Amino acid sequence: MSRQEMSNPIQIQTQPQPPVAEKIKVRVDGCEVEVPRTTPDPLTGKPVPTTMIKACEAAQVDIPHYCYHPKLPVSGNCRMCLVEYGTPAMGPDRKPILNPDGSFKIAKAPRPVIACATPISPGMEIYTNTPAVKQMREAVLEFLLINHPLDCPICDQAGECKLQEYAVEYGKAKSAFAEEKVHKPKRVDLGPRIVLDDERCILCSRCIRFTRDIAGDDALGFINRGSHNTLTAYPGRTFDNNYTLNTVDICPVGALTSKDFRFQMRVWFLKETKSICTSCATGCNIIVSSREDRVYRYEPRENNAVNSSWMCDSGRLNYKWINREDRLAQLRGPQMQALSWETALKEISARLKSAGPGSVAMVGSARQTNEELYLIGKLARQLSAITDSVPRAGEADKLLVSADRNPNSNGARLMGVAAEPMGSNLPKIAEGIRGGQIKSLLVFGEDVTKCGIGGDLLDKLELLVACDILPNETVRRAHYVLPGCAHVEKRGTFVNTRGRVQKFMKAIAAPGEARQEQDYLDGLLFSFTGKRDYATIEGLFNQMAAEVPAFKGLSWAAIGDTGVTIPV
Amino acid sequence: MPPRVKGGLDMPQQYRQILKYADEPGYTPDIECYLRHGGYAVLRKALALGPKTLPDGKTLSGPEQLRDEVMKSGLRGRGGAGFSCGLKWSFVDHKSGKPVYLICNADESEPGTFKDRQIIHKDPHQMLEGMIVACYANDVHLAYIYIRGEFMEGAQLLNKVLKEARAKNFLGGNILGSGYDLEIHVHRGAGAYICGEETGLIESLEGKRAYPRIKPPYFPAVLGLYMCPTIVNNVETLCAVKHVIDMGGAEYAKLGTPKNTGTRIISISGHIKCPGYYEIETGKVTIGELIFDPAFGGGLPDGRKLKAVIPGGSSSKVFKAGEKFRLKQRGADGKDVEREVDMLDLPYDFDSIIAAGSMSGSGALIVLDDSTDIVAALGNISDFYAHESCGQCTPCREGSLWMAKALHRLRTGNGRAEDAEYLARIADNIPGGRTICAFGEACAWPVQSFVAKFKDEFEARGAAGESARAASGEPAPKREEVPAK
Repeated sequence: MSRQEMSNPIQIQTQPQPPVAEKIKVRVDGCEVEVPRTTPDPLTGKPVPTTMIKACEAAQVDIPHYCYHPKLPVSGNCRMCLVEYGTPAMGPDRKPILNPDGSFKIAKAPRPVIACATPISPGMEIYTNTPAVKQMREAVLEFLLINHPLDCPICDQAGECKLQEYAVEYGKAKSAFAEEKVHKPKRVDLGPRIVLDDERCILCSRCIRFTRDIAGDDALGFINRGSHNTLTAYPGRTFDNNYTLNTVDICPVGALTSKDFRFQMRVWFLKETKSICTSCATGCNIIVSSREDRVYRYEPRENNAVNSSWMCDSGRLNYKWINREDRLAQLRGPQMQALSWETALKEISARLKSAGPGSVAMVGSARQTNEELYLIGKLARQLSAITDSVPRAGEADKLLVSADRNPNSNGARLMGVAAEPMGSNLPKIAEGIRGGQIKSLLVFGEDVTKCGIGGDLLDKLELLVACDILPNETVRRAHYVLPGCAHVEKRGTFVNTRGRVQKFMKAIAAPGEARQEQDYLDGLLFSFTGKRDYATIEGLFNQMAAEVPAFKGLSWAAIGDTGVTIPV
Repeated sequence: MPPRVKGGLDMPQQYRQILKYADEPGYTPDIECYLRHGGYAVLRKALALGPKTLPDGKTLSGPEQLRDEVMKSGLRGRGGAGFSCGLKWSFVDHKSGKPVYLICNADESEPGTFKDRQIIHKDPHQMLEGMIVACYANDVHLAYIYIRGEFMEGAQLLNKVLKEARAKNFLGGNILGSGYDLEIHVHRGAGAYICGEETGLIESLEGKRAYPRIKPPYFPAVLGLYMCPTIVNNVETLCAVKHVIDMGGAEYAKLGTPKNTGTRIISISGHIKCPGYYEIETGKVTIGELIFDPAFGGGLPDGRKLKAVIPGGSSSKVFKAGEKFRLKQRGADGKDVEREVDMLDLPYDFDSIIAAGSMSGSGALIVLDDSTDIVAALGNISDFYAHESCGQCTPCREGSLWMAKALHRLRTGNGRAEDAEYLARIADNIPGGRTICAFGEACAWPVQSFVAKFKDEFEARGAAGESARAASGEPAPKREEVPAK
């Protein structure tokens, strides 16, 4: 993060909101719903009057909108959410006038209002599908489209564009516009990761509000007037904070595009998989978009207990290694020979079985899943092996980025793999190798040469097994190289820094012979115990939950899509 | 239309209350001159008001009594909307624990309006006295004069006026020993019409882009300047407050007509012999008299005929010469009778002009004679609104420029047969609560009314475009098409 001052970012609400007691009844298109009188303000969390759009949501009536975003302050500029409404008519005695059937007599308001900003009141009736409302939506859409370039065939937003969606649902098939369109800057370089097409921009100001009120970096604004209004970064500023790509997500049209993703793939070909970001211990919930076993982008997935609707740019762009050409895809034996999984596991387990007590060390990674770490812990106990993980520290920010850059440090601790503090056993392992007591080392997903166990020590080992995804110095010196899976290539769970147990799903297939660690760890364990723990990830998780106290009562199914918090 | 001259005692006259001294020879805008003419006596009177016990046992403080007088006076805002000043003040929450701000709206920008400027230049202390009284009445201790950027001399003068008032302790700490503190600052706009919209003004005063705020929740009386209760009053309104307190609310209400009390300053411009500003008793002078009477506009240039009147600034709906309205008017017997009224016989007040489908707005009467190209006149107005739309909300942002472009096309010989309908349809999609502020109405009303009332001229211009193209073989202006569903 260069210049941007994260001056006043909001704290993401991590606690569930206290229940709001008072509820009021309103009608949406004739259907009665009961909704809280107040709802928490997205920024302050303070109760503010519930708006019509929220009541409509409760009534499962969709109100089209562009500028409104539930996580941002209300702006009310797009006018797409205009609705008609009525309130109970009051008699001269200031009491509601009743119809013969005892219902309120409703006085219809003479003017429409925007559902995103208008508070509800008891007995209110909201009308969202009257001819007038339909006409107003049609008119707003027409206004939005007259100066829009309609370059959908080459627009990255096509397929996930609110202009397209609402044009289909609420628009007209023809435009009456007979004038020259307004022309504005194209391909504006807003910052290192964002390109802006001002002609596509519908001036909803979501991006401005996001970066000002959520990211705390007041970097964007409008210049000029009227139809010539133009989104821009402040003079002399680039839009370069670590959250800029969220504006691409919330941009309802194709104005803000990601330099990384633009022109890479038509979005309708992408498969979406629920997953977790692995770049730090926050564990932002994400959607992995892939096609034919290639990852194209990460996007944040809403989880109000973790990341709201946002994620940082560094985490979002940290996926390219998955598709790297030099991914480990083949097993390799001591003579640099290719070998099968069966042979490799047989040979390794034979070597481990003959190893003397205290002669084996294992380095698990805090980037591994709980399930893998659980099996590593079990194996270590079988072998009376000393274990540890490698800490990764960085700088935290005020919004989402954690100082702990491992996604599963808590998991590594809970499974008994990481020492306390994490990394404190690594010098002991180095010392053990140097002194000749430790003769076998199993390393999972780490390059131990970078944390005090240098190449000279590795070369002293009788057995070095490296399970990894990408080549490194440890892998190069290993007797056995077992190619593993990236998180998007398997299922599993992490425990985030606040104790949120969250699961992720498999998006793509692993390359070549690479296999999930839990597969072969279970195979190794079987050779010692004669028992197979692992048949399915569900079964493995549930068994782990039964054995690890912190997971007590959890099951794979119960974690759901957004996780469960455990004490850590 | 022949000039309508009335003779004798019946002859309409100006009623100069706010402009009483403004144009007197030797009357200068400095404080000494103002004091020589009885200046700041009303402020002394207001500050001296002690608590008053009402028959029902309730006690009213001095400021509460002042607010009560303004309510009784029936004073309506002179900025454009004509909203009750007393009611506006009554919305202010005095128990919020937040400071209350008052802003004098001196952003006079409505085309055709030039009354506030006269007050500021010629009798600024009167405005200041009214403002101080209004501040005292509303427990305001910090107030602002928001003056449009183009009024550079006005701003300089006002700063001088504030300095003079401070020197005499009409402003500052413990004003005239009353224990009341008030500071006022002049803030210059940067040249945008939208800053006259009170919430846009507040945003601008806060140093932001003058985007009008959404209401709800940002009603100035509750969440105004710096999210505190705020009153925004026009220059002329604040002058009137001085006279309300001077005369007493009930007495002031006798000026003008019921519900349209006091005086109004009318800016008359356009095709008129004597353009200028004229102060009248509200509703006591008709539009026809304002145009033709020697005491006012003095008629059209010789040989010209009246074509149209824009009654309340360029945003108000146009009246066509000869247009008649059926209005309820109070007869001599005190009963309401409905009768047909010629446009020229409409009394110049808030309600009559509203009843006739337009508005008196900022009191700017624009006269158009038969030499006027009505399409060009509307084009001029629409260009202004397209230029001044802040662009915050969709219908106004896109609609105002769309209309201006269509009118430009129509004016430059490229009209189409359907353009009158086309314009009306665009204009119909902007006002009526579809936009954040009243600018939507301001840009749509002229188009709606011009096109409806002078449809033949728009159609003729469209037909001329069609036949010119037919002769030259040029294609019609392109149409944008999106794929059919």
